[in-house]
Amino acid sequence: MITINLYEQVGSFAENKDKARDIRVKQINPALCDGKEVQLDFMNITLATQSFIHALISDLIRNHGIDVLDKIIFKNCSDAVITLINVVCDYMQDGIVSDE
Amino acid sequence: MQLYLPNSAFLGNIESFISKLEFGNDDQLTISMNPKWVSVHPIVLSATAALALECRNKNIPIHIGNATPTSLPYFVRMGLYEFLGQTQPLEIQTHEESGRFIPLRQITSSDQLSEFIRDMIPLLHASPENADPIKYVVSELIRNVIEHAHSTVGAIICAQYFKKTKRISIGVADRGIGIANSIRVSHTASDDIAAINLALRPGITGTTARIGGTEYNAGAGLFFTRNIAKASQNFFFIHSGSGYFKQLTKISPVPAGQLELFSDPFSDPCTVRKNVANWNGTLVGIDIAAEGGADFTQLLDEIRTAYSTDVKSRKKQKYKKPRFA
Repeated sequence: MITINLYEQVGSFAENKDKARDIRVKQINPALCDGKEVQLDFMNITLATQSFIHALISDLIRNHGIDVLDKIIFKNCSDAVITLINVVCDYMQDGIVSDE
Repeated sequence: MQLYLPNSAFLGNIESFISKLEFGNDDQLTISMNPKWVSVHPIVLSATAALALECRNKNIPIHIGNATPTSLPYFVRMGLYEFLGQTQPLEIQTHEESGRFIPLRQITSSDQLSEFIRDMIPLLHASPENADPIKYVVSELIRNVIEHAHSTVGAIICAQYFKKTKRISIGVADRGIGIANSIRVSHTASDDIAAINLALRPGITGTTARIGGTEYNAGAGLFFTRNIAKASQNFFFIHSGSGYFKQLTKISPVPAGQLELFSDPFSDPCTVRKNVANWNGTLVGIDIAAEGGADFTQLLDEIRTAYSTDVKSRKKQKYKKPRFA
């Protein structure tokens, strides 16, 4: 398993979608493709935007399928961040169901 | 082109500004103002600055009337004359900005936005629970401009804290392609109002017609933003092309957990106007409670429920859940 400390890369307010995409493309996706679990550590992140979470994980769900959520652990999330992750996971699964 | 700064133009009476905009002749921009007193929402200043900056970029002359209302020092402090490219009409004593206003700022990139948010929050002296919705709204509104607007001037933003009413007012203006042109890439919208309606719904983005959006866009930002305003019993205003939508306030507060959110923005109490002055681009004005606002996490949860209800297919589907540690 690899752990990605998000605060070090995006600060306490996770809103920069460009950075989210970079983290997904350069760190999360390669680890998943290698068969590793990924732990996304939100320690010290007080708030994110839905757009940030979307840029971080939506394409993983679309490309790897719903089961990718078994390989990602969201650690140390604030209540607001938990809600936003759930929003994105919900509608991405809706999208996958619709696409099928 | 003519732009008039009236005696009063806040979101409740923004018509006093919009109705005086004229874009017939683009040889010159004439800016005039009420000779005695001008008190306006930040969206009026952002719109004025955006239009002026575009004119300067195109070498269109700007003529400013001779009126010197008592409130002129406020325009100077907000940085308006820098955007107008004019010498400020009077010397002013500089006051500490902290806690009162965020001067006009042009933002053209993602990194500039992150920097702006980092600088902005300490100026507002808001507690974390009150700063969260402000940060959220500013990020989503400006990212919309950066990603979708193709604005000639980027995003122009300013904000003002109103102590008496305990609210923060924010205005974001761009001179871009407008919502209709953006949304029509993937959806059908008969006019500007239809496009605004789509843009404010959950899960609608101009980048794709697919549920869930693209890797980069989900079409949720404006849905979240207008409901943040609704939760704090404040106005939300959006003008693009020749139409505008204004979400109205409720007189009596809604108890926590009883906020009813609609996917169709026109189901909320609102004013919708067609055939108004044709603004090339988009104007967004929003008021947010600066003190004692609704719990933001709970609000996000309510927005999540509304979003999910609207976007989900009616199929009964057992979803896999993310794992939290």
